[in-house]
Amino acid sequence: MPARAAYDDVVLAVPVTIPYVRYSIKSAHWFLGRAMAELIAAAGIPKARIDGLAVASFTLAPDTAVGLTQHLGLTLRWLEHVPMGGASGIVSIRRAARAVQSADAEIVACIAGDTNHTDSFRRNTASFSQFSQDAVYPYGSAGPNASFAFLTDYYMRKYGAQREDFGKLCVAQRNNALKNPLALLKKPLTLDQYLNARLVADPLRLFDCVMPCAGAEGFLVMRRGTAEHLGLRYARLMGAIERHNAFPDDPVQYRGGWALDSEALYEQAGVGPDDIDFVETYDDYPVINLLQFEGLGFCREGEGTAFIRANTFEATGTFPLNTSGGQLSVGQAGAAGGHLGIIEAIRQLTGETLGARVPNARHGLVSGFGMINYDRGICSGAAVLAAA
Amino acid sequence: MPEPATQPKLKNPVLRTRQPTLPPASRSRVALGLTAAAARGRLELQVCRDCGAVQFPPREVCRTCLSHCLVWRLQDGRGELLTETMLRNAQELFFRERLPWRVGIIHLDAGVNVIAFVHASVGAAPCRVHIKAALDRAGQAVLIAVPEHGRLDLSQDPKLREMTCDPRSRKILVTDGKSALGQAVVRALAEAGAERIWIGEAERWKKAPGFEALRELPQAMIVPLDVTDGNSVRELAGEIGAKVDILVNTCDCHRTFSIASRRGVETAQLEMDVNYFGLLRLAQEFGPVIKARAADGPTSAVAWVNMLSIFALSNYPTHGTYSASKAAAFSLSQALRAELGQAGVRVINIFPGPIDDEWDQLERPPKLSPSGVASAVVEALKGSVEDVYPGDVAQDWLARHLDNPKGLERELSEGAQ
Repeated sequence: MPARAAYDDVVLAVPVTIPYVRYSIKSAHWFLGRAMAELIAAAGIPKARIDGLAVASFTLAPDTAVGLTQHLGLTLRWLEHVPMGGASGIVSIRRAARAVQSADAEIVACIAGDTNHTDSFRRNTASFSQFSQDAVYPYGSAGPNASFAFLTDYYMRKYGAQREDFGKLCVAQRNNALKNPLALLKKPLTLDQYLNARLVADPLRLFDCVMPCAGAEGFLVMRRGTAEHLGLRYARLMGAIERHNAFPDDPVQYRGGWALDSEALYEQAGVGPDDIDFVETYDDYPVINLLQFEGLGFCREGEGTAFIRANTFEATGTFPLNTSGGQLSVGQAGAAGGHLGIIEAIRQLTGETLGARVPNARHGLVSGFGMINYDRGICSGAAVLAAA
Repeated sequence: MPEPATQPKLKNPVLRTRQPTLPPASRSRVALGLTAAAARGRLELQVCRDCGAVQFPPREVCRTCLSHCLVWRLQDGRGELLTETMLRNAQELFFRERLPWRVGIIHLDAGVNVIAFVHASVGAAPCRVHIKAALDRAGQAVLIAVPEHGRLDLSQDPKLREMTCDPRSRKILVTDGKSALGQAVVRALAEAGAERIWIGEAERWKKAPGFEALRELPQAMIVPLDVTDGNSVRELAGEIGAKVDILVNTCDCHRTFSIASRRGVETAQLEMDVNYFGLLRLAQEFGPVIKARAADGPTSAVAWVNMLSIFALSNYPTHGTYSASKAAAFSLSQALRAELGQAGVRVINIFPGPIDDEWDQLERPPKLSPSGVASAVVEALKGSVEDVYPGDVAQDWLARHLDNPKGLERELSEGAQ
């Protein structure tokens, strides 16, 4: 296979967050529209300068990205709807990067957001996919709790991980979140509280489970020259991967698509795992972090547990992880969950952090994971970003 | 150990009767193949006709070779429980009212993963299990993992027990106790632990052998019921309707004749009056109150059983008018199933082959004994099926019907006079 073309001078800029709320009476259009308004205000450009748009949302129905163009009064020459859940952010970057590289678009807004009405989580779960409707939902499985309980139970037995190991990650992320004014969960969390929280789906307890909420995230993708011309701080895109339906014959998911592609990622980025200063994983349940540590080459397959025991994961400690608090402490605003880490990585690399800052961060890795279509997550992706 | 089924306490009449909730009933059209098999107690999965790969979840195109020729085939359901969880939180009211639920991922030896309820008698994962299909309270197929080499005994699991309509401790109306079949049904239900059995009696002047002996059953009570008389049905429904947990309609009028062998329509009208309009009268008077009691505690209203005939599937010309009346009743039972199903009340149709009685006298064996049909009724109530074809003849006709309905029509026409 020929080597993949480099991303040259593609950059990511203008990270914006529409603050999360547990429930909202607004629609997804409101959150996405607010993200777009914040993007052009922060970039200091007129709306008409945006000529490309990539959208991710679970609650935009019956609309797609198409309806949003008219709703927001955008005239675009490049448009993408990315229905890949927690992998949408990385996939949006990959699509947008090639668009600006080829000059199909000059400035692409990548936005993701969802609302959360009191019953919308149940309704989204009930109609998530055909396989889920036919073969998961009839068993009382209330969304991802059961799916991740299966993965967690299996991983613990296969590799000997303990509840304390998962708890260490959750506590470290909460400590990171305490400094983030936008995190929804801002009370300190102790390991005892984590271990003794109420059971949700054995072995998962309350603090293993991400909290669904409403909110939005957005950033711009453009060429370096455009960013400099506009006077915007930016992070460079060094490499990015995606994979869908990896390892379909694994009996239960204990590795994700990253394991197939991490070598290609580092080759394209020109750096290795040791050069990465911080990592933003997709973290709706702690077990999935381990699959990313292993798949992305920070430790070997099955050694995620030892890796947890060897690091602190706080922004100023060893292996800074989910430095804004991650979804487990900030909340999961639907499809924006996969954008959260990207936004935080741009902030870390441009010095615009809202909370904890990783000292001298030069390279950050962000990964995404999404769409439990039936018994496992289908989409995975990752990107390496670098400071200017 | 699973808790055994115990005699429930009497209902407190001051408290509000709980409203029924159901598990999620939405399925794609292709997934209804699983339900079609489960309705008869079978586990069938799609198999690729081109490459032989077994498929799950149900789909339109083979996951291996992309062939669109997928056919539903019987499966042995052997596999390994790989991982499991106990759900202690649920979005859907039905599950929330009954937490917790044990659910697992099972890798079938056939090569696919299924998500299934895990029966209380199964050991902790990982272990070998058997997968069975059952109908849940929404009438849709669900999969259940039971111990390897075990049979599906839903009564031994406190959650899954609700998928059954077990006659134990229940109050049951058998609409006609005079026929040999009606008497057999009453005795089988008494043996299965029914708490009360009302036995309908029409035409009190007519003595039937064996009928008087039913009075000796401690739980039996003879009640006047003539399903050809709307007032009679209404009066009985007013008296006992709100207590009936299971209604078994054994009323049957069978007169053997073909179209040309008799003048006038009076006898055919009588068949229709009992077999079709009788069911309609019962459904109108008892249906709504049974539906309203579908969540009324551990012995709520659960089931309605119709004694149809295998002749309902395809007309048997020497029993031409009888077949037509049973086909009409079958059709009406589908409407009744749709209405009672809204509340989770199961409508079970029994399609027996010829029974060893005076009206099937000229049919050749094998013929069913009334007690054989009666035990099929009890088995159906204890299980989670909705269509039952007892006896070799019924099974044979069903297989021919499923294979080629036009072929069965032609084969049956050979005996026409």
